[in-house]
Amino acid sequence: MSNAIHAAGLIKDFGQVRALDGLDLDVKVGEVHGFLGPNGAGKTTTIRILLGLQRHNGGSVSLLGGDPWTQATELHRRLAYVPGDVMLWPNLTGGEVIDLLGRMRGGVDTRKRAELLERFDLDPTKKGRTYSKGNRQKVALVSALASKVELLILDEPTAGLDPLMEAQFRECIADDRDIGRTVLLASHILAEVEALCDRVSIVRKGKTVESGTLAELRHLTRTRIAVEVDDPSPLGAMTGVHGLQVTGSQAEFEVDSDRIGNVVRMLAPLGVKSLTSHPPTLEELFMRHYEDGESRT
Amino acid sequence: MNTLVGTGRLTRFILRRERARLSAWVGVLALVPVATASAFMTLYPDEVSRQALANTVASSPALTALLGPLHSSSIGGLTVWRSATIAAFLVAILAILTLVRHTREEEETGRRELLGSTVMGRHAPLAAALLVMMGAGVVLGAMLSLGLIMVGLPAAGSVAFGLALAGTSFVFAGVGAVAAQLTEGAGAARGIGVGVAGGLFLIRMIADSGVGEFDWLSWLSPIGWVSQMRPFAGEVWWVLAFWLALAAVLVGVAAVIADRRDVGAGAFRPRPGPSTAGRGLGSALGLAWRIHRGSVLGWTFGLAILGAVYGATADSVGDMLDGNPQLAEILEQLGGEQSLVDGFFVAALGIIALITAAYGIRAVLRIRVEEEALRAEPVLATSTPRLEWATSHLFFGVMTPVLILSIAGSLAGAAYGAITGDVGEQTARALSAALVHVPAVWVVVGVTMALVGLAPHRTGLSWGFLNACLILGQLGRILQFPQWSLNLSPFTHVPQFPAEKLDLLPLVALLVVAAVLVAAGLAGFRRRDIRN
Repeated sequence: MSNAIHAAGLIKDFGQVRALDGLDLDVKVGEVHGFLGPNGAGKTTTIRILLGLQRHNGGSVSLLGGDPWTQATELHRRLAYVPGDVMLWPNLTGGEVIDLLGRMRGGVDTRKRAELLERFDLDPTKKGRTYSKGNRQKVALVSALASKVELLILDEPTAGLDPLMEAQFRECIADDRDIGRTVLLASHILAEVEALCDRVSIVRKGKTVESGTLAELRHLTRTRIAVEVDDPSPLGAMTGVHGLQVTGSQAEFEVDSDRIGNVVRMLAPLGVKSLTSHPPTLEELFMRHYEDGESRT
Repeated sequence: MNTLVGTGRLTRFILRRERARLSAWVGVLALVPVATASAFMTLYPDEVSRQALANTVASSPALTALLGPLHSSSIGGLTVWRSATIAAFLVAILAILTLVRHTREEEETGRRELLGSTVMGRHAPLAAALLVMMGAGVVLGAMLSLGLIMVGLPAAGSVAFGLALAGTSFVFAGVGAVAAQLTEGAGAARGIGVGVAGGLFLIRMIADSGVGEFDWLSWLSPIGWVSQMRPFAGEVWWVLAFWLALAAVLVGVAAVIADRRDVGAGAFRPRPGPSTAGRGLGSALGLAWRIHRGSVLGWTFGLAILGAVYGATADSVGDMLDGNPQLAEILEQLGGEQSLVDGFFVAALGIIALITAAYGIRAVLRIRVEEEALRAEPVLATSTPRLEWATSHLFFGVMTPVLILSIAGSLAGAAYGAITGDVGEQTARALSAALVHVPAVWVVVGVTMALVGLAPHRTGLSWGFLNACLILGQLGRILQFPQWSLNLSPFTHVPQFPAEKLDLLPLVALLVVAAVLVAAGLAGFRRRDIRN
């Protein structure tokens, strides 16, 4: 089995509302997979189905080669989950929660636990009700990362962390990737996904709209170009140019990645005084799908 | 005073959040005494029949201990005797829970912070919660007074009864306000407040146990003041000043503590805990024990004391007979002194069983509480099977009632036996009399589990079911409800052991019903989505 997670045409209805509308997701063993989408796109619902907390109404899904609903107990021994909203028991200390959840999975690596507490600067003797949101998140993260499991399912795990801790988190995930752990990272922080993920799936309104490596996805996108030319007027007629904005002799526009050569060739006769271009970021890719979808509906 | 800025807006906000819950409580608490009064009018229309009822009550110190003394055989007097003490106790609990809910719980969940960052004075949340609760008390008193006057009772007594409940709400809003300042956790604050109310109820009970030497104790309990005010029996108006003065002191104390502490902190500082989990904390049941531990101990302790006090008062039945040879002779023919004591045990243990069922509901509803608070998810994402997790909470709902009834029953028997001189026999008798109630409590637990599994958004109905059992059991016979409606309550089917012979068939039937309900609930829970 080379896929840790495989979902095809996943459908989930809550009464009249269709939360997942034919979602596809493939996560290969040993990769860090970014699961991107705006709020309410269906990321958390997908994860809950993967964890056997909710049933799907249609499509197929498998997790670590098993059925997430009927084989939940066995499968959960091999994975650790960090929810987006970490709630702790008010009268249990952080250390107790870390051990409790770890023992309920495949066991706790005590050496790693100590190292992670140090790294995340977390006091394990405080009671659950006294932790801030960021510290609750750290408790769940330490527990998941220190558990002896092969798959991590993380739902916006850095939502409450400060930039320093976010950096620590990235290092931890990079380390985990090196030891061959599979990670599903749901997020809408694109810099994080760009820095960590081998492959990415983008979901919107319960559907997967894009999936692939970052390089593949960039190929589908547009490069942003800003130029200063003698006469910007012919730009509008060029094929492959989008979103043209002209102020005097300044022009800004986006170019389809496969037409950059053509456009540059056609720019030359216009008397280029300056030219800057920057490659598409995941953010732009994401925004493009998001906005396109919005304008279509 | 700028620490009170925003109180008005916050008051309206609390009223908006409370409109269903608080108005339901106030409505029921005002209506039940009025309904009781009108039932007494139809059932006991003439002075002769009422006097006969009054004599029965007076001859049973047990009834007096449970419900308070009967000061007058008029309709009003009977109504106050039947409903005032229990209504006052329920008002006390309502006031404490409401205060903690809108002060400490808001702080614990962090919602208070969100509001605190707006234009809102430091004392505004406490002031708003007090205003709402005291306002509710006044409305309750007014509704009750008006209702009683409308069914034709004397105005003075009706107003006194209403004022007594309003006064009670003031004092216990104050108790709740102080309790909410003490601890960081809302659960512990509720425990302290309810413990105080329970203690004051017990003091009143000892005072009213009929022996006479502890009568003065009744003045120590704000719940006892209700009967000291003597509605419909020569009202003693100045008792009202007691409630007002005590409420003022309590609110003052709460305000002083609130002034000295930080938002979110309690007067008691939390200590750091262990940095690693102990051996026992590695399974669903280990976790459930940590969650339920405090309430198991608290409820068992409270009801054990109640049982002991009931047992100790049972002997006053005998004292009563010593002074009345005629009555003793009549009772001898009816089965002797022992039958009176047995009847008392049946009634007292019945009340303990109802309270135990309330614990059972709370314990099973933990499943929903954990689910809604998003704490179920991380546990169910581990290798813990769903059923194991659900049964870890259900376990306490099923087993703690057995523990509570065993201890409360044994202590009731032991306390009575210590006075009469046969501890062994009386303990065994009362223990079995208490355990007879277990199947009925399990039916309530089963109803709750069925709702959790099959109708998770309707779990509040379990409280409705218990309320129905309470009303059917306590008022059903006196108000002559039809038998079929009485049969709806599992407690109706509990054999009146030891007053009557132990009939096993109804117990087996109750066990089967409870088992079916629990199984249906668990099956439903296994199949449904985990949702908040």
